[in-house]
Amino acid sequence: MEDPSPPLQSPTPSKVSMQNGLVSRVRGAPRPRLLLQGQRRSGKSSISSVVFHKMPPTETLFLESTTRIQKEPVNLTWKPLMDSSFMDFQVWDFPGQIDYNDGTFDLETLFGDTGALIYVIDAQDEYLEALTRLHQTIEAIQRHNPAINIEVFIHKVDGLSDDFKLDTQRDIVQRTTDELADMGLDGVHINYHLTSIYDHSIFEAFSKVIQKLLPELGTLENLLNGLVSNCRIEKAFLFDVLSKIYVATDSSPVDVQSYEICSDYIDVVLDMTEIYGYDRGDLEVSTVEETKSSIGSSEDWSLPDQSSVMKLQNGMVLFLREINKFLALICIMRKESFEKRGLIDYNVQVFQQALEKVFELHR
Amino acid sequence: MEDSKSRRKKKVLLMGKSGSGKSSMRSIVFSNYVAKDTRRLGATIDVEHNHVRFLGGLTLNLWDCGGQDAFIDNYLNSQRDHIFKHVEVLIYVFDIESREFDRDLITYVNCVEALRDNSPNAHIFCLIHKMDLVQLDYRDAAFQERSALLRKKSLGMEITCFATSIWDETLYKAWASIVYTLIPNGPILERHLTAFAEIAEAEEVILFERTTFLVIAHVTRGGVANPFPDRFEKISNIVKQFKQSCSKMASNFTAFELRAHKFSAFIDILTPNTYILVVMPANAAESTTTLMNIATCRKHFEKLEVIDKAVGK
Repeated sequence: MEDPSPPLQSPTPSKVSMQNGLVSRVRGAPRPRLLLQGQRRSGKSSISSVVFHKMPPTETLFLESTTRIQKEPVNLTWKPLMDSSFMDFQVWDFPGQIDYNDGTFDLETLFGDTGALIYVIDAQDEYLEALTRLHQTIEAIQRHNPAINIEVFIHKVDGLSDDFKLDTQRDIVQRTTDELADMGLDGVHINYHLTSIYDHSIFEAFSKVIQKLLPELGTLENLLNGLVSNCRIEKAFLFDVLSKIYVATDSSPVDVQSYEICSDYIDVVLDMTEIYGYDRGDLEVSTVEETKSSIGSSEDWSLPDQSSVMKLQNGMVLFLREINKFLALICIMRKESFEKRGLIDYNVQVFQQALEKVFELHR
Repeated sequence: MEDSKSRRKKKVLLMGKSGSGKSSMRSIVFSNYVAKDTRRLGATIDVEHNHVRFLGGLTLNLWDCGGQDAFIDNYLNSQRDHIFKHVEVLIYVFDIESREFDRDLITYVNCVEALRDNSPNAHIFCLIHKMDLVQLDYRDAAFQERSALLRKKSLGMEITCFATSIWDETLYKAWASIVYTLIPNGPILERHLTAFAEIAEAEEVILFERTTFLVIAHVTRGGVANPFPDRFEKISNIVKQFKQSCSKMASNFTAFELRAHKFSAFIDILTPNTYILVVMPANAAESTTTLMNIATCRKHFEKLEVIDKAVGK
């Protein structure tokens, strides 16, 4: 997992771009990279562990502090997408201690291919210093690659009351706007997210960040809109199953509840698949080893057409359908709309084919 | 009349030192709390009585006894008869982290003595609790040591020990086996469930109680053994977690269906008090067939519960 990444201070920064940029250069398309930054102990490694490694939030207490840049294997999670060249991400977990502004870094390399900078601020701590660093970072970005999306995660808000959360956010926004205005950088757009690893907010924030970097987002949304209106679905999400980030949703507003229930629903499906998805012995012996090693992971999703239905007491139905190796479509709809199940199955199939075409186009 | 009533009302004592986690456990199993919500619970004062309707005919009369020394003195002396008469099950909770295990043991022995005098046929369950605080490698050793000691000190009464934690599924394992001893018709249920599994050609059928989602009975057919021997409590845990998130939407789930590559699984309401999980091997039958089978056996199991009530009277 841990890629022995060359420290960025090395005098030959081209090494970095060799590793990260080679493939993309061959393809001729820039390869977006997510940079995770923030003061030390602000929770960067915890975030990437929870979101991309399925680590239970309580265990992040034992994480050591990061001393060098770790390229997170998001590319593992997104591998099938990479294969179809649909999406291609890396998260760089940036150590809090390194002062990258002192000129020893090649900022061109650092920011060159970056799609989004996620700056993590610990809301439970004194954040003035963190803000100063943020402002410096923004300034550097503006000089080198103004196209980067700047996303500020106001993190660890689980310990704060609702009022105080909003006050903190307002304060941070105000200070940043003022400071940037003083620097003469009025036009910089910054997105703020209140996050915590103990609930779904961190997944939602990541979903939003990643969606912005998707060139096909519009197409996906249109496809989902078509599906939603034709099947009378209330809300449809396209989930990356392992990270529980949603890649796209229809254009109706997202409420937290429906996102949460979908993400918990994925848990149920995955857990049940893990328990009963063992090998029944009717396959060839050679595959036994493979299946064993990957119970609960990707392998169970590799064959098409896994589907699931959950009926709720309040007349809602959750419908899950595997789209490809890592993506699943989850729809929330009323019981009445679910009566013509065959029709829905067919429509979803059409949607699936359309998605495949989108992926192929980008190959 | 009086007799039959008491037979269907099972008195369960929940005891242990103050702060050992009795009320937390009870709230999670019977009141749908999540583990982290139990932080809000205060100390139990004196005895809290809980009537849990369980499987229709059966009512669990749960006595959650506050564990502070003053209360325990009270139970052992002035309220001795009141507390320890007609007990079906005593659940005694030990905190694995307790610094004064010897003292806990003395209190335990006193309680067991009182129980032996008043209800000699009661079952005793010892839960070595808060196991999550012990490092994984030492858990088993710590549990073995404690349970051996407890067995020695139990004055010849039969005891069953479990290592538990509210943070994982071990809690459900312990409670499922406690509840199993209380159900009067366990073997009958199991027999009928086996018949159902045969007819439906199911790989595995599990019967859950509806509110607690504890396993009441299970039948496994089919050749290859499941690699998860602890799957029953795992499923209890998984479903409980999901019920929790449903309750945020002010709802509950009624049916679940999963068609995977190697199996299909169905969870459905069976009787007003039970849920059923049916696991079918892949391509064994159309899913509607299985749903039909469940619907057909529903009547039968409902009847079974009614008969059971009549027998109780």
